[in-house]
Amino acid sequence: MTKAKKKFFSLKKTTRIDLATYLGVIIAFVVMTVLKDGGALNRKTLGLLVPICCYMSMAVSLNLTVGILGELSLGHAGFMSVGAFSGVIVSQSLLTAVPSAPVRLAIAMIVGASFAALVGLLVGTPVLRLQGDYLAIVTLAFGEIIADLVNCLIVGYDASGLHILFNLSGKKTIDDLGLDAAGYAIIKGAQGATGTKTIASFTAGFVLVMLTLVIVLNLTRSRAGRAIMAIRDNHIAAQSIGLNLTKYKLMAFVTSAALAGAAGALYGLNYSSLQSVKFNFNTSILVLVFVVLGGLGNIWGSLLSAAALTILPEALRQFADYRMLVYAVVLILVMLATNDPQFKTFFAKLLPHRHSAEEKEG
Amino acid sequence: MEFLSYLISGISLGSVYAIIALGYTMVYGIAKMLNFAHGDVIMVGGYISFCAMFYLHLPNVVAVLLAVVVCTLLGIFIERLAYKPLRNAPSLAVLITAIGVSYFLQNSALLIWKAAARSYTPVVTGTASLLDGRLSVSYISLLTIVACVVIMLSLTLFVSKSKMGKAMRACSEDKAAAQLMGINVNATISATFAIGSALAAIAGVLLCSFNTSLMPTTGSMPGIKAFTAAVFGGIGSIPGAFLGGLLLGIIEALAKAYVSTTLANAIVFAVLIVVLLVKPAGLLGRSVPEKV
Repeated sequence: MTKAKKKFFSLKKTTRIDLATYLGVIIAFVVMTVLKDGGALNRKTLGLLVPICCYMSMAVSLNLTVGILGELSLGHAGFMSVGAFSGVIVSQSLLTAVPSAPVRLAIAMIVGASFAALVGLLVGTPVLRLQGDYLAIVTLAFGEIIADLVNCLIVGYDASGLHILFNLSGKKTIDDLGLDAAGYAIIKGAQGATGTKTIASFTAGFVLVMLTLVIVLNLTRSRAGRAIMAIRDNHIAAQSIGLNLTKYKLMAFVTSAALAGAAGALYGLNYSSLQSVKFNFNTSILVLVFVVLGGLGNIWGSLLSAAALTILPEALRQFADYRMLVYAVVLILVMLATNDPQFKTFFAKLLPHRHSAEEKEG
Repeated sequence: MEFLSYLISGISLGSVYAIIALGYTMVYGIAKMLNFAHGDVIMVGGYISFCAMFYLHLPNVVAVLLAVVVCTLLGIFIERLAYKPLRNAPSLAVLITAIGVSYFLQNSALLIWKAAARSYTPVVTGTASLLDGRLSVSYISLLTIVACVVIMLSLTLFVSKSKMGKAMRACSEDKAAAQLMGINVNATISATFAIGSALAAIAGVLLCSFNTSLMPTTGSMPGIKAFTAAVFGGIGSIPGAFLGGLLLGIIEALAKAYVSTTLANAIVFAVLIVVLLVKPAGLLGRSVPEKV
């Protein structure tokens, strides 16, 4: 055994898992980049690279709320939507001011994350007082409200700056903005963002995933993270030892919202046109499925299941009409299998050391 | 007069939500699970009645009965196959399974009946004119309101008086204790799913008669809204679901008429958030203090 190897195994188990997670993401990135540059990927796979990075980041950030904080959120796509549209607005308004695409993308993602964090703070402050299914339904309602509000938004940009119009009656169009000749529309109400310059790149996606991992893993392994998990396990006990429930809940919730906003900004800048319908309840559910399938509180599980479940429907293309049906059946079977006692004992027999570890815990 | 007609359309829309919400609330009260597939059972009910009327040319009443029977069986079938093995699993696993079932129903409908919207002939046609013809109300609205009230009252009676209803309440209180008292918990949960799905079929027929159209995704949005209605009124409570559904329908209809059509859903959900912040257990819900 070499010295480095020895050192690796003397680390704590969680640290080893975290390092392996980082390493796995880096290796995956290098392999995909080599394949991409070598021209080994077809167009469909290439088109999936950025969305997969976005969904990975979404899944990890939702895992912070659902797995680590232990609160069910059904409106995570709402934060993605806030990030996506604010990111698109910023990027499109800075077209001439910041000519460099990567810099503009970075600014857009930071702004997207800040807006999403702000909304997360606004929503979270009153809502985190609720518990369980009530919190779930309020986050669901919030996601739907965001989608509807964006549908009413008309935004354009010209020499005199940004023009924003709120289309309450549903009758206003882009002409009501009064843009000058050189002006252009950014968001056209229900049509969504159109004519966006697509500046998202796989490298940016990789940076996003790494940043998300660094933030979430460091938060989880910190004092604050232990406080958050203590609240998840028993909030009354946590409160009785003097933990500020609201503070730690908000910390996790807002961080999760900000990361979703950054992912949304990247996602929004990957497509030239984007409607707010894209971020409806179904998207929130999709991300929740990633998290639950990957394992609650299990970060690398979220990464894997986000990648696998984004590729799966595409890989099932050959089944054409049956692909979503197959997806549904796979989803049900996996949930049944992983929660079936018989199945669990079968696996426990296969992995004897794990079995004894579980018994010790119990 | 205009206001009155908006109000009536709101009440009848709300009645549909209330019927769906009753199904949600019954299942939640006993199985403690959010049955996301409920909205899609509504859609199946709509399609079954559509096929019975359009292809088999059955009388409307028979078509509705057929839809009720098929949906009841479907509900029991789903419960046995997908939810029963997960009785002791964490609630999130059950939630994801319910979502899986919902996808499954939607995509099966997509394969069988295709994506294009079908035009649905209402089960009851014609309008009644009231107040010297200044106010016209369609018969389907009246039928919906009457159906909703009848269903709510009979459900309340059933749950409070009948043996099965008592068993249901016992199960919702404490499953283990109910089992010790000789109640067949599994059969009781199945019965709850059967009742919920039968209500979904009726709601499906009424909803399609309102919209006069039918698609594989018809059930999802009303399903979500009825779910919010159930939470709004206090989930697990039958009068609460009724009240929540009605209020939701009225708010939606008035918001559509006086504020904005695009923002109607947003307003409905905003009201829900405010209500939950003021009364976290819903309008008629019991808040159970947590044991330490």
